[in-house]
Amino acid sequence: MTVRQFKVWRGDAAGGQLNDYKVEVNEGEVVLDVIHRLQATQEPDLACRWNCKAGKCGSCSMEINGMPRLGCMTRMSTFEEDETITVTPLRTFPVIRDLVTDVSFNYQKAQEMPAFAPPADVAPGEYRMQQIDVERSQEFRKCIECFLCQNTCHVVRDHDENKPAFSGPRLFIRAAELDMHPLDARHDRKEIAQQSQGLGYCNITKCCTEVCPEHIKITDNAIIPMKERVVDRRYDPLVVFGRKILRRDQLAATAPAGPTVHAGPVTVADGQAPVDFGRELTPPQPAEVNPSGHVNLNEMLSDRAAAASPFGDDITFPVNPNSLNYYHPER
Amino acid sequence: MINIEKHWYDVVVIGAGGAGLRAAIEARLAGKKVAIISKSLFGKAHTVMAEGGAAAAMGNVNPNDNWMVHFRDTMRGGKFLNNYRMAELHAKEAPERIWELETYGALFDRTKDGKISQRNFGGHEYPRLAHVGDRTGLELIRTLQQKIVSLQQEDKAQHGAYDARLRVFAECTITELLLDETGGQKRIAGAFGYHRESGEFVLFEAPAVVLATGGVGRSYKVTSNSWEYTGDGHALALRAGAKLINMEFLQFHPTGMVWPPSVRGILVTESVRGDGGILKNSEGKRFMFEYVPDVFRKQYAETPEEADRWYTDPDNNRRPPELLPRDEVARAINSEVKAGRGTKAGGVYLDIASRRPAAEILKKLPSMYHQFKELADVDITAQPMEVGPTCHYVMGGVEVDPDTASAGVLGLYAAGEVSGGMHGSNRLGGNSLSDLLVFGKRAGEYAASYTDTLAKRPKVNDKQVAVAVEEALTPLARDGGENPYTLQSDLQDVMGDLVGIIRRKGELQESLSRLSELRERIRKVGATGGRRYNPGWHLALDLRNMLVVSECTAKAALEREESRGGHTREDFPKMDSKWRQVNLVCALTPTGEVDLTHQPIPTMTPDLLALFDKSELAKYMTDKELS
Ligand SMILES: Cc1cc2nc3c(=O)[nH]c(=O)nc-3n(C[C@H](O)[C@H](O)[C@H](O)COP(=O)(O)OP(=O)(O)OC[C@H]3O[C@@H](n4cnc5c(N)ncnc54)[C@H](O)[C@@H]3O)c2cc1C
Ligand code: SF4
Ligand code: SF4
Ligand code: FES
Repeated sequence: MTVRQFKVWRGDAAGGQLNDYKVEVNEGEVVLDVIHRLQATQEPDLACRWNCKAGKCGSCSMEINGMPRLGCMTRMSTFEEDETITVTPLRTFPVIRDLVTDVSFNYQKAQEMPAFAPPADVAPGEYRMQQIDVERSQEFRKCIECFLCQNTCHVVRDHDENKPAFSGPRLFIRAAELDMHPLDARHDRKEIAQQSQGLGYCNITKCCTEVCPEHIKITDNAIIPMKERVVDRRYDPLVVFGRKILRRDQLAATAPAGPTVHAGPVTVADGQAPVDFGRELTPPQPAEVNPSGHVNLNEMLSDRAAAASPFGDDITFPVNPNSLNYYHPER
Repeated sequence: MINIEKHWYDVVVIGAGGAGLRAAIEARLAGKKVAIISKSLFGKAHTVMAEGGAAAAMGNVNPNDNWMVHFRDTMRGGKFLNNYRMAELHAKEAPERIWELETYGALFDRTKDGKISQRNFGGHEYPRLAHVGDRTGLELIRTLQQKIVSLQQEDKAQHGAYDARLRVFAECTITELLLDETGGQKRIAGAFGYHRESGEFVLFEAPAVVLATGGVGRSYKVTSNSWEYTGDGHALALRAGAKLINMEFLQFHPTGMVWPPSVRGILVTESVRGDGGILKNSEGKRFMFEYVPDVFRKQYAETPEEADRWYTDPDNNRRPPELLPRDEVARAINSEVKAGRGTKAGGVYLDIASRRPAAEILKKLPSMYHQFKELADVDITAQPMEVGPTCHYVMGGVEVDPDTASAGVLGLYAAGEVSGGMHGSNRLGGNSLSDLLVFGKRAGEYAASYTDTLAKRPKVNDKQVAVAVEEALTPLARDGGENPYTLQSDLQDVMGDLVGIIRRKGELQESLSRLSELRERIRKVGATGGRRYNPGWHLALDLRNMLVVSECTAKAALEREESRGGHTREDFPKMDSKWRQVNLVCALTPTGEVDLTHQPIPTMTPDLLALFDKSELAKYMTDKELS
């Protein structure tokens, strides 16, 4: 048994700090064991998620010395005896308290992704697939949803503005899994990935693959094949023709336009362009309502004439073009 | 004033493991508005940890398999204490439930002709476990999770919102069930709990509640179970007026890792033994041949040579004794260790490294290889593992009606590990995952149809809510209360030392007096900090559930004076046919004490009895029953 130096981030959405702790560590323990000892002996209200302590549930994701890791899979013996170990919450997701973050982003993205479509004419019990064909999808189904890959990916790490358009590597492997599923009845998984999951934002840095505790080859086996085949389909005249004769509802159900022009937000240095089209959109503001829930249309009651502006009432005209992210196509 | 978030549902499912999710799917398919509540995040419930597989007599690998054989194995495994009707329904319906998963998108391992592959497992006569490598539980839960998402997408298309009819409340703990007692009859009216994230309270008004909260293993120190397993569902049911049966039967998995500490309690799946692994003591002896009980003599090999031939030629050889049911293996290991032939850490060696080529082990047990390599730097292809008994599964649970999963209080249903009866005194490996699906579906179906029969929705009683709020807040308000972690650890010591795998009268008596001391201390538990995501507070609230469930186990264990399945009494080492006719039933008295009674077990129907050899039945039944 030795006493080791820990720094653990404590706080909540409002802010926090790294606290110093001295904790006993026994031979053969992992970081999560130490967090538990901290809870039991010094900080009973230290918040931390865990379930299986066996690397199977993906609950105990945290950043250990800046690396996204599972607390239960990080052996203490991998650190130097006199090393201070710093434990912080995942950075990409909003902090709830201490080491617990709000990972609902990932569940939301999963909800938006069209589910497995069972083949219409195969009865339960009659599914026949060869092992070699299911193995490719099985690799992706190993995912324990620890969201370390999501946390690592630079497209959303420190870039909240990309979150609406980008589903992240966890969902790319889900797309690939369904794409490679021998009996999935949908054949537009790649298009969906491109059009509504933001596959185009990914520039194959492979950081996600590096942190995956299940060693899923996220980039090589899922993202790259998906990208390649999207390209194939786009430029293959036969496929383009084939796509035209598909009914609209056979194509992506939810297909808002993806970033087809630039891969990711483009920020142009100040003064170089008339407008900054990488700027985050001003959210449309709801009109002011009266206690009965109606908009004040009566000039007598409202402080301005007619209905409230859909652009928000705090805008003064003319607007400074530098604050817009609209780019006039003809200029 | 205390703020309480209110929700209105038809069916509330407590638990998001296999049983809970399957129940929710069924209730939603029946057109009900359904809430799924879980202490952890969606998709993290204990079911993810199941490795080996799900038992269903599909006959894909050996066409001789059918529901009757499966039924027989289940009854034998449970030493004939099972609720026969549950075992029958389970054996008959499991294949359909597994096939259904494929239509939700599951990808099981395949046979050569493209069907679902099935593997051998302790206690099953034929290869019967549908599996995906060694992560079957993950596949099961992910599949059900994704099915739920797909139903939510349908709801979005139809009603405009994903959670219009099926909503998941993750990280939300239920602390109390609410009853409507007007008209002299108790009916479920809702459930009360708190959001772990914010500490805010939440009230679900619903006429039907399905309990699917899993097990109780956190009362033991060496356990494969997570923090969630504090017996909440068992305790909620008791407090609502339902009964628990068979609480003395706990399964200790024979082969949990005992060394190194980073993996203590982690299970080494039975398939390691099914695929050729053998058990050796510290003298290097393969000891299982000495522990084959008479009832199994006919089915198990007597020499290592015969046992080794079985792996390739199972039709002409008997199986290796390493594949005996779990309790036999656990007891054998325990005896070896007690006789001084164990390892330093108190286990024995499980060796597959010297028996199979590394590549084959890697192919068959990939996630286990990877887990031990990473967690503990143990290479299972090169060195033996150190294993010993680990608390794993509780056979006992809420007494339910076999066909409807109804828990005896109007509107209350239970399925999965929290329910009792199906597995008798011992569960066969793989029978749990199929149990979740079969009875999860039934619970969802009958809970939904129960709500149709109601002329009027039961009403939540505000007084009960006020009491529940008060109960939840007291630990936080108490200055200088006892540390919940210390209390939990003391409780674990009592259960581990005195109500463990091998039990004695004196120790059990002592455990009861120690537990009643703990009961007093737990009344005075305190928690520091606020209400937002405060694990100390959460544990403080769980403690009373752990305690009452432990009391049930200790009382029933003291009462049952025989050894059977997951209950071993050193002072009564034999199975006794008279005790086979009895279930021990726990209920709560109005003052909250555990009240234990005897109840006869239902008699098997003649057509099911006819599936067994007379001579076999003679080992379990009294002469009077046989004539
Ligand atoms: C390591 C391991 C390996 C196993 N291997 C196998 C195997 O190979 N084959 C097999 O058949 N079985 C196996 N089992 C057993 C099987 O996994 C479990 O019995 C089964 O998963 C239990 O499922 P369940 O649906 O009943 O509950 P769980 O999956 O445990 O889910 C319980 C749910 O209830 C929730 N909950 C609990 N209390 C509350 C509360 N108060 N409020 C709100 N929510 C609550 C939890 O958050 C959780 O979502 C294994 C078990 C373990 C631990
Ligand atoms: S490879 Fe793509 S998805 Fe993965 S981290 Fe890099 S950008 Fe993100
Ligand atoms: S792909 Fe890997 S890193 Fe990403 S969530 Fe799944 S298991 Fe975690
Ligand atoms: S606790 Fe389950 S992965 Fe770490």
